Amino acid sequence: MIRVALPAHLRTLARVSGEVQLDLQGRPTQRAVLDALEARYPMLRGTIRDHVTQRRRAFVRFFACEQDLSHELPDTPLPDAVAIGAEPLVILGAMAGG
Amino acid sequence: MSGVRVLVGTRKGAFVLTSDAKRERWDVRGPHFAGWEVYHLKGSPAEPNRLYASQSSGWFGQLIQRSNDGGTTWEPVGNRFVYEGVPGTHQWYDGTPHPWEFKRVWHLEPSLTDPDSVYAGVEDAALFRSIDGGQTWQEFPGLRGHASGPSWQPGAGGMCLHTILLDPSHPGRIFVAISAAGAFRSDDAGKTWRPINRGLRSEQIPDPTAEVGHCVHRIAMHRSRPNVLFMQKHWDVMRSDDAGESWREVSGNLPSDFGFPIEVHAHEPETLYVVPIQSDSEHYPPEGRLRVYRSRTGGNEWEALTKGLPQRDCYVNVLRDATAVDSLDPCGVYFGTTGGQVYASADAGDGWAPIVRDLPAVLSIEVQTLP
Repeated sequence: MIRVALPAHLRTLARVSGEVQLDLQGRPTQRAVLDALEARYPMLRGTIRDHVTQRRRAFVRFFACEQDLSHELPDTPLPDAVAIGAEPLVILGAMAGG
Repeated sequence: MSGVRVLVGTRKGAFVLTSDAKRERWDVRGPHFAGWEVYHLKGSPAEPNRLYASQSSGWFGQLIQRSNDGGTTWEPVGNRFVYEGVPGTHQWYDGTPHPWEFKRVWHLEPSLTDPDSVYAGVEDAALFRSIDGGQTWQEFPGLRGHASGPSWQPGAGGMCLHTILLDPSHPGRIFVAISAAGAFRSDDAGKTWRPINRGLRSEQIPDPTAEVGHCVHRIAMHRSRPNVLFMQKHWDVMRSDDAGESWREVSGNLPSDFGFPIEVHAHEPETLYVVPIQSDSEHYPPEGRLRVYRSRTGGNEWEALTKGLPQRDCYVNVLRDATAVDSLDPCGVYFGTTGGQVYASADAGDGWAPIVRDLPAVLSIEVQTLP
């Protein structure tokens, strides 16, 4: 079970409160988590990564275990603590004013 | 009893303002989509409780929201706006080629007859349409693919398709306007397009009378006379009596011929409204006096409408999509400002009063007249 913490605006959009829990097969990666997240919450498609290129939107960041994973390749395995559900994958909007 | 619903898009959410036909007491609901930019929202003429909203943010991109109950509840629908084929390039600000990149939806124009059909004008400039209530979107590539496309350049606000006019008497005829390419018309339901900018003059481009490159800010028509178009250009207020084939200036005695919106009275096709703005860079009312100007002669002769509007120390702007009229009698006129005020006139502009004063900066106003 993977835990995902969404930013407030996306929790509102997906109509969830608190963390989202996802069941994944195999070793979790950013791509696998986002695939599962968008499959369950289709309204999130396009808000975290581009529809076509699948690249992370510029002002979205991925944190876990006190590390910035934003620049990891999408198929890089997530940390063990995320894989076993001990820590959430944190998706957040970059601190960019506005 | 009939009433009015005013749909307000702002920098930080959407608001729905309602009143009965007297237009004296208002109920204010919102913000919907709090914290997001709402460039535009508009109702279907065929089913007034069907609304579409363009919601976007620099962080999370573009969303389209749909309501089936007049804006009480909303559901997100499709947000996949993908250009047809290889997007190609347009000119960047420095004149270099720049790839077409989708940024946001500026304007939503529901079909005149089908609540599930809606057009979207986007940045970088292109026209999309959904025929399934906003679930999926398809581009009309003939517009962006016009031979002049590689020469189009963005205005200061981006290269946006901001105006979509559907001709009620010629179902296949669509007018659009792009900053800063100009006005275009299709007579075959969006398949092919041609520029309709003859008569426009823009001293800020190398060839002031070029076929494309004009910074058109807004076009308006009266649905009873769709061949007559009125345009607020970056400079000049213009008029066409032949569906855009040719234009002539009707700025007349305006204190500034710069501005963004232009609107036509609901029952008087020769009565126009503009909000003159001082420019090129100030973008506030001349002399700090907020004035709507009305022409009852289809242009050239303009009168200042000031009653109820601030006549000193006012430095707000009124953006291109931020005026509208209702179809009651007398005609109601509405506009929103970048200072967050929404002003209404229930007597065709003679007198004004704020409905609300302290919203986020207003990006757009649409009005529905309800039975």
